[in-house]
Amino acid sequence: MKFGIVTFPGSNCDYDAFHAVTDALGEEAVYLWHRQTDLAGADVVVLPGGFSYGDYLRAGAIARFSPIMGEVVAHARRGAPVLAICNGFQIACEAGLLPGALLRNASLSFVAETVRLRVESADSLFTSEYEPGQILRIPIAHGEGRYTADEATLDRLEGEGRVLFRYVGADGEPGEGSNPNGSIRAIAGIVSEGGNVLGMMPHPERAVEPLLGSSDGLALFESLLSRVSA
Amino acid sequence: MTNFRVAVHVIPRRGILDPQGTAVAHALQTLGFSGVADVKVGRHIVIDVAARDREGASSAARQMCEKLLANPVTEDFEIATVEPA
Repeated sequence: MKFGIVTFPGSNCDYDAFHAVTDALGEEAVYLWHRQTDLAGADVVVLPGGFSYGDYLRAGAIARFSPIMGEVVAHARRGAPVLAICNGFQIACEAGLLPGALLRNASLSFVAETVRLRVESADSLFTSEYEPGQILRIPIAHGEGRYTADEATLDRLEGEGRVLFRYVGADGEPGEGSNPNGSIRAIAGIVSEGGNVLGMMPHPERAVEPLLGSSDGLALFESLLSRVSA
Repeated sequence: MTNFRVAVHVIPRRGILDPQGTAVAHALQTLGFSGVADVKVGRHIVIDVAARDREGASSAARQMCEKLLANPVTEDFEIATVEPA
């Protein structure tokens, strides 16, 4: 299986994603420069973390108009997988691949720490190798990760089982103390209507081996592998 | 075509938490501006654009806001001024 990792000017987690795919998962990965207009045969597109275009105007607002995004959107519309992490999530929302928006953290602080995530659904392209309700330890590092959407959209996301990850505390339940950015309903990750685009603020690619402090992110990549190559 | 200078305001939509505005409001109140009830922090964007007339410049700026300058999920915008540049 081949992963295409998009590099925008200002991306800085593209190497982490490459490492996760090639060294931890043992699959093929290629970098896709944002000015390219083809995906080099990638089965899965990764929109990585970073600060594309310096977060000017709004995080992700300018990257969404990069030449490669036309192909990424077409790839997603065909139902093929897109993994949008952190800045990638912001770009995917701006591009209309996912509903809602990511705003400045409620604390106004940049937050870099390992958080607990609860797997809300294991019935997805990205979470089939997890158990429902499983608690993961995954790092976050962002200043604009407060997910928001209107109530109707949120109810729809919940009703369709499209909220895949929520921030939780040691007791496994969401709460104000364990919500690192003030995201509405403690939402950490959602999928598109077709289930093939995942947007999440936490970084599973930075938690793929014990040396990194957690290997809880690896099963996300393994889920893709088992479902996409099946 | 004439050159126009268009100023647009992009502001967080009412009802959406604006922690930056809240922090500024608290600071102003601490400074003694006790009448301050609420603050929204947004962006003031100035665009120099060639257009046939004032209406054309305004209409172009509106499209720019809809497409890029404002996020339709979280922000509102208004064309503040349109002046010959």
